[in-house]
Amino acid sequence: MSDASAPSVSDGRRPRVAFFDFTGCEGDQLQVINLEDRLLDLVEVVEVVSFREAMTEHGDDYEIAFVEGGVATAHDERRLTRIRENADIVVALGSCAAFAGINALRNDQEFETVKERVYGEDSDSITSYPIARPIDDVIEVDYEIPGCPIDREEFVGAVTALVNGAEPSIPNYPVCVECKFEENTCAFERGETCLGPITRGGCSATCVSAGTHCWGCRGMVDDPNEGAYTDVLEDHGLTTEEIIEEYQLYWNWQRDSRAVADGGNR
Amino acid sequence: MSHTVDVEGDLVTRVEGHGSIVVNVAEGDVETCEWHVVESPRYFESMLVGRSFREAHHVTSRICAICSVSHTIASLQATEAAMGVAVSEQDRRLRKLALYGETLQSHVLHLGYLALPDLVGEKSVLPLADTHPDELETVIDLHRLGNELTEVVTGRSVHAQRLLAGGFSQLPEESKLEELLDRLLNSWDAVAELADLLAVLADELPDFERETEYISLTHPEEYAFAEGSIYSSDVGEIPVSDYRDVANEYVVDHSTAKFARHERDSYMVGALARFNNNAEQLAPRATEIADRFGLAAPVHNPYLNNVAQLVEVAHLLAESVRLIEALLADGLAPQSDYRVPEIDPTAGSGIGAIEVPRGVLFHEYDYDEAGKVTAANCVIPTNQNHGNIQRDMETLVPTIVDRDAEEIEHTLEMLVRAYDPCISCSTHYLDVEFVGEER
Repeated sequence: MSDASAPSVSDGRRPRVAFFDFTGCEGDQLQVINLEDRLLDLVEVVEVVSFREAMTEHGDDYEIAFVEGGVATAHDERRLTRIRENADIVVALGSCAAFAGINALRNDQEFETVKERVYGEDSDSITSYPIARPIDDVIEVDYEIPGCPIDREEFVGAVTALVNGAEPSIPNYPVCVECKFEENTCAFERGETCLGPITRGGCSATCVSAGTHCWGCRGMVDDPNEGAYTDVLEDHGLTTEEIIEEYQLYWNWQRDSRAVADGGNR
Repeated sequence: MSHTVDVEGDLVTRVEGHGSIVVNVAEGDVETCEWHVVESPRYFESMLVGRSFREAHHVTSRICAICSVSHTIASLQATEAAMGVAVSEQDRRLRKLALYGETLQSHVLHLGYLALPDLVGEKSVLPLADTHPDELETVIDLHRLGNELTEVVTGRSVHAQRLLAGGFSQLPEESKLEELLDRLLNSWDAVAELADLLAVLADELPDFERETEYISLTHPEEYAFAEGSIYSSDVGEIPVSDYRDVANEYVVDHSTAKFARHERDSYMVGALARFNNNAEQLAPRATEIADRFGLAAPVHNPYLNNVAQLVEVAHLLAESVRLIEALLADGLAPQSDYRVPEIDPTAGSGIGAIEVPRGVLFHEYDYDEAGKVTAANCVIPTNQNHGNIQRDMETLVPTIVDRDAEEIEHTLEMLVRAYDPCISCSTHYLDVEFVGEER
């Protein structure tokens, strides 16, 4: 995916790492904090120079930038551009950074209406962009760790790879693969619908294992067969409108970008 | 002595979300003293429009990770109120347990990771691994315990699953609840250790008092978290249906975050407000800690919100023990591992109101007959506190202008952190002009 590299452990120095948050819920950084005592192991192998949610110190000298959240304002865009200039490797942390995630749910709504609903008569003073965007719409991104929130083990695995000069390995198989390992009863067999068949795996099917269904939070796999999957949903009784709603929850940005790549055909 | 101090707009660190303080003191006069909020709008209330009642909670849990269970439960309450859905006693207990777990992890995160470094003169929690290893281990253990409470009940700690309108998709295993009970009962030494540490450091907390209006929920039978009516220290009990009259949001010239007021210019929500309004209902172990710190309601020093959080840590642990014991004594009524509570959607409006780590949270939704959201309103605690932070700063700064800039900055940063603002909950933020260094 990228030829960017940072100093690895083999160079005898801890890579300098910075965390940044943009438009999002900060749940991915919280997952890092939720490593609990393993966070202390992490700082044995990397030097954290910036992590505003957890520390006062801040340095601009870093090799790896983990960026959480999406882009909503011109200010976000300027900040991101500087981070890209400073970092050797930029990693999108979580779905909002990687593909706009749930932030893009409003992208189909008319922006004036969106502002008016939230800010009423003060909506004129809102200066955000009319749509929510992922960070790779603004800067080049080397790696993506998807998820809402990210999976802690996947994050540790990605850091381990990066400090060893390797590439993080993110699955390109659907959630269904891990769901079967978890021995869950398939949502379709229960009379529900589920986005697992074309959602990127790597989460151990956490939501299905908790008795619900896959909501699609990790984004679509590369080259999903959306057409065939849409047929499946129709066979299970979903209307076109309901299918669009399912796809909108996390995939609005991904589907729009693919539509552009296909010359406007979805 | 006259001098010029210019504390300008660096982002306050170790808070959730983005805020900055602008203070300009020229020749001993305070020219500017402003609490700015810097957060990009996310428009959740609009995102919800058109979505089904089956997923409103899933969307709103993403407002804030630290309070994801809280937003989920407030959302479910609003939906259930709109459609007249009943929740069983067992499921209400389990929801409370999830909420207590989240509040516990949030309080410990704030006390241990975000506020404690101030008190021991470090810039983050990480150096504590060398300077205070035992205390750090205690903090991490308690933080983990809070997360595990939430995980056992809801399947995971950040953006919980299992919580649905009408009940749970899946129940925790009783053996897991028993394990948790053991760990909770063995956690009192850790609480005592945390209390010891804060007691040693409590002298570092600035001695500053400003009386304000304190607003929380209140409940006749318990220290209110998961249910209750609104209570104001100025006017007493207020029905939840009047929440919009309590949280009057308004725009101020100098800052672009919305502020809120009720009886006065500003009011305070959060652990200290709850303590001031409901202290008599605390568990005995929590009262012991309050007594040790000399905390007696009403308390007018906002810095003591940290101590009120510690008191609540003890209360939450004691209440979690009580809840699990009650659940185990009654035995969990069996259900499917993939339950979808039956709900016939109806048109209507409903309000959810709960106490979350940073104060009282309201969600209100209107639904059409197909069960789709037509309008949503979410009023988060941090927004309700902005006005009070501003008024505290205006009162505090003139009393400390003769100190050097660094000390003024540190004192004000500690003030902001005492409120534990969670600015990621950006349901109502306006954009702000950025001053000072960006990062």
